[in-house]
Amino acid sequence: MLNITPSHTQTAKPKRATQDAQASPFLSCRGLCFSANSNVLIKDISLNFSAHGMSAIMGFNGAGKSLLLRLLHGVIQPDSGTVLWDNTPVTHDNRKRQSMVFQKPVLLRRSVLDNLLFVLKSRGSNDPNIAFSLLEKVGLENVSSRAARLLSGGEQQRLALARGLATKPEILFLDEATSSLDPTSIAIIENILHEECLKGTKVIFASHDIGQIKRLASEVIFINHGRISEQTGAASFFTKPETRIAQTYLDGGLPVI
Amino acid sequence: MNDMTDSLWTALTHIVTFNPDLVEIVLLSLRVSLSATLLSCLIGLIIGATIAVSRFSGRSLVIIVMNSLMGLPPVVVGLFVYLNLSRSGPFGWLGFLYTPTAMIIAQTILITPIVAALSRQILEDIYEEYREQFESLSLTKSMRTGAILWDGRYSLITVALAGFGRSNAEVGAVIIVGGNIEHLTRVMTTAIALETSKGNLQMAMALGLVLLCISLSINILVSSLRLTATRLGYA
Repeated sequence: MLNITPSHTQTAKPKRATQDAQASPFLSCRGLCFSANSNVLIKDISLNFSAHGMSAIMGFNGAGKSLLLRLLHGVIQPDSGTVLWDNTPVTHDNRKRQSMVFQKPVLLRRSVLDNLLFVLKSRGSNDPNIAFSLLEKVGLENVSSRAARLLSGGEQQRLALARGLATKPEILFLDEATSSLDPTSIAIIENILHEECLKGTKVIFASHDIGQIKRLASEVIFINHGRISEQTGAASFFTKPETRIAQTYLDGGLPVI
Repeated sequence: MNDMTDSLWTALTHIVTFNPDLVEIVLLSLRVSLSATLLSCLIGLIIGATIAVSRFSGRSLVIIVMNSLMGLPPVVVGLFVYLNLSRSGPFGWLGFLYTPTAMIIAQTILITPIVAALSRQILEDIYEEYREQFESLSLTKSMRTGAILWDGRYSLITVALAGFGRSNAEVGAVIIVGGNIEHLTRVMTTAIALETSKGNLQMAMALGLVLLCISLSINILVSSLRLTATRLGYA
């Protein structure tokens, strides 16, 4: 049975005790812009994230959720603007303390166990016990020797999450990581995210699943046509969204083009 | 027709009885081709993998040149190696001309572009698939290269076998730099050319059959590898 309460009600301790979310944001971006093929996809986005809880990024398809996550994680570079983490730009080196789980997991052409060992080795660890404990955590301990690409969609996503956790991230980004998964797989992943959040990992995820966002998120960022429509607490977002477009989204309406 | 049947029968007899001359030629052919394939893989895979994970100006031009070199005429390669290894050439002092080493060098030059170009394409496809994940994991270039080489191993074995097939069937370069010297540099292809011109069709057919069997075995091996890799989920 699921036992998940919204994380904004939890007293999660951030991994960095010196972090003062109110005075200095844990993660922030200023004036982020990104365009491709002459289309402006992200328009002057500025955001602050606290070190606590889970932040959900919501919006219609094509609003720029996945792109924003990638920009925040630093796997793609903005045309202009900056992303600061602890007042430092996200670089190749400090990104090692972050992880991202993509919507479509890309698994190596190796066994389940070897997929995890590869990541652990990249962080200087070669302990199979760590890999096995991660597999146990995501319920894949019985398929450790199977080829990762032969796993079901739900199992692959759980392996991708285990791989993300193998780096012991301070920030975990998830891009619609539970879309198209069955309820059991979703429950397993949500439970793990909840645990990680309690341990102090900042979770930022994009999702269309309103129920999931209600269960997990402490704050909601609503994005529309590459702009931030609102950033507010999850409870207030669902009771009284500030913008009409967010209300339309919650009502199941169509976006205004 | 009877001549043809008799020749074929004699050729088969040569094979079944392990005719010493035939065995010597086949073994030398395999030694030269396998050595050249190994060297080509060492050089070609590094080149292919490096280009697959690198982005630099002029990269497209390098790829075009590399792809064009796949069609290097063997006789031109043979001539190039000959000029370099002949007494008056820059590497004449090595004394490699008309030795199996010269043949290995020529075949290596001939098949390295094939290994490099084919492996580059395979590895780049894998890399494009993995790139964002690698970026997220902040992997170094050497880790990325190692990962795609390992994950592309089944396809790369196919590339190596294609290189081996090409070198084993090649005649133009090895006859120039090897000289087709009996008991020294005579390989299957050069021997077939010689025996045919001498009218010794039995030996030529026997060698041809062995060459065909090797080619067939390589194809069966490649197909089996592909099927196995796909079935096991590692392709």
